[in-house]
Amino acid sequence: MGEFRQAKWEEPPIFELGAKGRIGCEVPEVEEEVREEVGDIYSLLPPRMIRDKPPNLPEVSEVEVIRHYLRLSQMSYGVDLGPQPLGSCTMKYNPKVAEEVAWDRRVTNLHPLQREEFVQGILKALYELGLWLCEIMGLHKVSFQPAAGAHGELTGALIIRAYHRDKGEERDEMIIPDSAHGTNPASAAMAGFKVVRVPTDEEGQVDIEALKAAVSSRTAGMMLTNPNTLGVFERRILKITAIVHEVGGLMYYDGANINGILGLVRPGDMGFDIVHLNIHKTFSSPHGGGGPGACALCVRRELADYLPIPVVEYDKLRGSYFLNYSIPKSIGRVRAFHGNVVPLLRAYVYLLSLGPQGLVKVAKLSVLNTNYFMAKVKRIKGLEVPYGPQIPRKHEVVISAGKLKRETGVTAEDLAKYLLDRGLHSPTIYFPGIVEEAMMFEFTETETKENIDKYVKALEEAVRLAYRDPSALKSAPSNTAIRRLDLVRANKWDTFAPNYRKYLERVKRRA
Amino acid sequence: MEDSHPWIPNSPKGIVREMLKVIGVDDVEELYSDIPKDLMLNRPLRVGRGRPLSELEVLREVNKLLERNRGTDNVLSFLGAGCWPHYVPSVVKEVIRRGEFYTSYTPYQPEISQGLCQAMFEYQSMIASLTGMDVVNASMYDGSTALAEAVLMAVRVTGRREVLVPSTSNPEYREVLRTLISPKGIKVYEVPYEKERGLMDLEALKGLLSDKVAAVYLENPSYLGFVEEKAEEIVEMAHEVGALAIVGVDPLSLGVFRPPGDYGADIVVGEGQPLGLGLNFGGPLLGIFAVKWDSKLIRQMPGRIFGATTTLRGGEVGYSMVLQTREQHIRRERATSNICTNEALSALAAAVYLALLGPKGLRRLGETILYYSHYATKRLNEVEGVKAPLFKAAHFKEFVVSFEKAGVSVEEVDERLAKRGIQGGKPLKKEFPELGEAALYCVTEVHRKADIDRLVATLKEVLEVGG
Repeated sequence: MGEFRQAKWEEPPIFELGAKGRIGCEVPEVEEEVREEVGDIYSLLPPRMIRDKPPNLPEVSEVEVIRHYLRLSQMSYGVDLGPQPLGSCTMKYNPKVAEEVAWDRRVTNLHPLQREEFVQGILKALYELGLWLCEIMGLHKVSFQPAAGAHGELTGALIIRAYHRDKGEERDEMIIPDSAHGTNPASAAMAGFKVVRVPTDEEGQVDIEALKAAVSSRTAGMMLTNPNTLGVFERRILKITAIVHEVGGLMYYDGANINGILGLVRPGDMGFDIVHLNIHKTFSSPHGGGGPGACALCVRRELADYLPIPVVEYDKLRGSYFLNYSIPKSIGRVRAFHGNVVPLLRAYVYLLSLGPQGLVKVAKLSVLNTNYFMAKVKRIKGLEVPYGPQIPRKHEVVISAGKLKRETGVTAEDLAKYLLDRGLHSPTIYFPGIVEEAMMFEFTETETKENIDKYVKALEEAVRLAYRDPSALKSAPSNTAIRRLDLVRANKWDTFAPNYRKYLERVKRRA
Repeated sequence: MEDSHPWIPNSPKGIVREMLKVIGVDDVEELYSDIPKDLMLNRPLRVGRGRPLSELEVLREVNKLLERNRGTDNVLSFLGAGCWPHYVPSVVKEVIRRGEFYTSYTPYQPEISQGLCQAMFEYQSMIASLTGMDVVNASMYDGSTALAEAVLMAVRVTGRREVLVPSTSNPEYREVLRTLISPKGIKVYEVPYEKERGLMDLEALKGLLSDKVAAVYLENPSYLGFVEEKAEEIVEMAHEVGALAIVGVDPLSLGVFRPPGDYGADIVVGEGQPLGLGLNFGGPLLGIFAVKWDSKLIRQMPGRIFGATTTLRGGEVGYSMVLQTREQHIRRERATSNICTNEALSALAAAVYLALLGPKGLRRLGETILYYSHYATKRLNEVEGVKAPLFKAAHFKEFVVSFEKAGVSVEEVDERLAKRGIQGGKPLKKEFPELGEAALYCVTEVHRKADIDRLVATLKEVLEVGG
C-alpha cells in the first residue's frame, strides 16, 4: 500500500477563472406584461443610490463553478474522509439519514414567520427534542435560541445576571477553572462579569481549597465542564456545586464535553442550574467547516422565566404547538427568528434513531475508545499523560509532548503536521494551556479500532523519528496539498492579505 | 453492549473485549468507577420512542411530522422580514453537500484544509467587493448578532457609549442589540423617520448626535423595504461628530444599488441568507461583517478571518486563518468576541451563489426583483382600500401595504388569505403601531406575474365580498 497523498490542484483564486460574459446560473426572464406595466425601473430609483461600477465577482459558467469547488473540496478534510480526533470538538460521524431530513423541501421552504397552523410539524419536532434534551440533562426547560455553544454561554451568563438583579443583588464575578474552554471567560466578560480563575489540582480536578477562597457574595456563578477538558470527571462535583450554591451563585455547565456520560450521569443531578449543549458535537450535526452549529440551553425550573424569546410550547387545550413570546422576565432576544433549526432537526433524527439504549452505547464506546487510545499512547517514549494517568478518561484525553520537546526539540505542532502527512487529522494542540505541549484527543464512539491503532502507530513512528532525526519532522507536512505555511507573514501588518486585492499586491507578486 | 450499531463500529463484543484487555479492565463500567455511585442515573432515559429505531422507521416518523408543514411549495407566501424567498441554484446545494466540506472542522490545520481556507478567502473577497469594504470575517451567526457585534466594536474603538438606530430598522435586530449590549451600559436611541417617505429624519438625527455617540446605524434597503437615499448625508453627519457609520445591507440588492463602502460606511453588516441559503424556518442564517482598511477597526474585529500567504519554503501561495490573537481560544476574557463556531458553510453557499451569478447575474436578478415588486405595488393599489407602498420612496423587494381604508384588520385579511392558500406579508401592528393596519410584503424573483395577479384577485374577493 502506498502512502497518503492529498489531492493537489493548481487552483487559482476563482477571480482568475472564466471569461467576460459568462454566467453560472440563469436569472428568470421578466415577463413582457410586467416589463410594460412597470416601465424603466431605473427611473424609479434615486440616481445617487444606483451602483456605477460592478462588483468584482467571477464570470464563470456552471461547469467551471462545480470544478473549482470540487477541486477545493478535494483539498479539504472532514470526518467523511478519516479520523479527526480534535479534543473538545467531538468530531463524530454525521449520519446520512439526518441529511435526508435536513434537505427535505418541507424544511428548506418553510418561512419562520408563517402562521402557526402551517408549521405544526416542525414545532412538534422542536418541542419533543426539547423534552428529550432536558431529560438527558436532568433539567426542566429549554431554549433553542443560541446559534452555537459560545452563544449559549453568553445567553446563560445573561440569565445569571438577570437572576441576581431580579433578586436585587449586584454580583460581578464569574468563577472559571484554568482548564476551561476559552469561550467561557470570553462569554462571561461579554456578559459584564469579572473572571476569577481557579487552579487545577494534581489530579486534574478543581482545587477545592482555592475554590472556597474564591467564592464570596460577589460570586454570580461558576462555569464548569464535567468531565473537564482533561477528560477527567470532577468527582467532587457535588461539593463544588454546594460551595457555589452556598454563597448564592449559580452553576453553569459547558456541555461541550458531555459525550462520554450520556444517559449515565446528568448535570442537573450534579447540581448544575444551566447547561448548554452543542448540537453539532454530541448530537451529530456536522460542523460545516466551522459552522453552523446549534445550541440547546437547558435550565432549572426557577430560571425558565429568564429564557430568551421565543420558546416552543404546547397548548394542551388547543392541541397545538406555538412560539411563546411572552416570558415574564426574559433577557430578550439573542438572535433573529427561532434558532438554527436545521441542525436541531438533525439532532431530532439522531435521538429518535438511537433511543435511550443507543445513547448509553454512544457514551460507553466513546469512553472505551479514549481509554484504549490512552493505554496505548502512554507507552510511547516522550509522551506523557499529565494529571493522574491512572484515572480513567471520559470523552477525551490530553497528552503532553513536553518531554519530547525537551529531549528532541520536536513540538506538539510538529507531531500534528506529521500526522497530516499520514492522512490523519491532528488532535487539538496547545489546549488546555495548563498542559505543556498539549495534544488533546477525542476519537468519539464512531471511530474504528483499526484507525485508532493506525493513529497510535503513526505517533510511535513520529516519536521514533523525533529521536533520530528531528529535522525531518520540522519539514512536515509534505503529503498534503501544501507544505507548512508562513504564518508570521500571514499575520504581519504589512503582508496581511485578507482579500483578493491585497493578495494581488502582497502575495502573488512575491510568490 | 453486545449489539452492533451502524454508527458505532467498535460495538461488537469481540472488539470490546480486545480493547478492554489492552486497557486492563474487565468491563466498560470500570471506566466509570471514579464517578460517585449516587450520581449515576441507573434508569433508562425517556428519549425518542423508548428504543432504537431503524432508518426506515425514523424516516416514517419524521415524514408524519413534515406532512404537517405547509411551506412555500404549498402556500403562496409573501413573507420576508429578515428571511427572504429566493431561488437556490442546484449547484449551491451540490457543493455544500460535499462531505469534505460539511463534515470538516474549523481549519486549524491549514495544510490539509487548503480548499476550505481558499473558499473562505474567496467568500471574504467577494463580500468585500460587493459591499465596497476591505476586510470581511468568515461569518457571524446572523444579521442581528453581526449588528450587535458591530456596535460593541464601535464602542471599543471610540470609547463612547451611545448608539443611534433608525426606528424603522428591523425590530428583532433592535431587540437583539439591546440584549447583547445590556451588560456594557451602552445607550441606544431611536432616530425617528419622515412620515411621508420613511427616510431618517435628519433634523432629529442632528439633535441626537454628539461626541458621546459611538455609532450611527442605518439600513439599506430598510427593514420596511424603502431605499434610504440620504445614506451619504447620514454617514457624513456621523463622521462629523467622530462616530462610526454602520450600514446594514441586503447583499442581494448590491448588484443594482450603490455599495455602502462607496458612501463612507466604516462597518457593514447584514443578513446573507438571500445568497443561496433557503428559508429553513429561519436558521441557519449568515451574518455578514465587513470593515474598511483601518488597523484600529481590523484589530477589533470579531470572528475568524482568512488570509493569503506563502509556504515557509518554496514561496507557494496558500491560505490560513489570520489574526487569531483577537480570538477567544487565545485571548480568553480579553478577546474581541466570544464567537467560536460560526456559519462557515453558509458563507461557502454564499460564495458559490455569487460565483454562479457573477456581476451580470446579480444585476439582472436585482432588476428582476425590482420589476416584480413594483408590478405588485401597482396592482395592489388597484384594490379598493389598499395602499402600496405606504411610503413614498423607492423600494427594493419589500414594501408596506396599508389596509387602513379596507375596513378590516390586517389579521383578518391574513386569516381570509390563509383560507385561500395564501400567506400574506408580516403584520406590522405590534412593532409599528403608528402605521395602523399594515403588513410588510415581500416579492422576489420566485414570484411570477400569475402569483401576484392571484394575490390581487384574492384580496379583491376577500375585501369586497368578505371572509
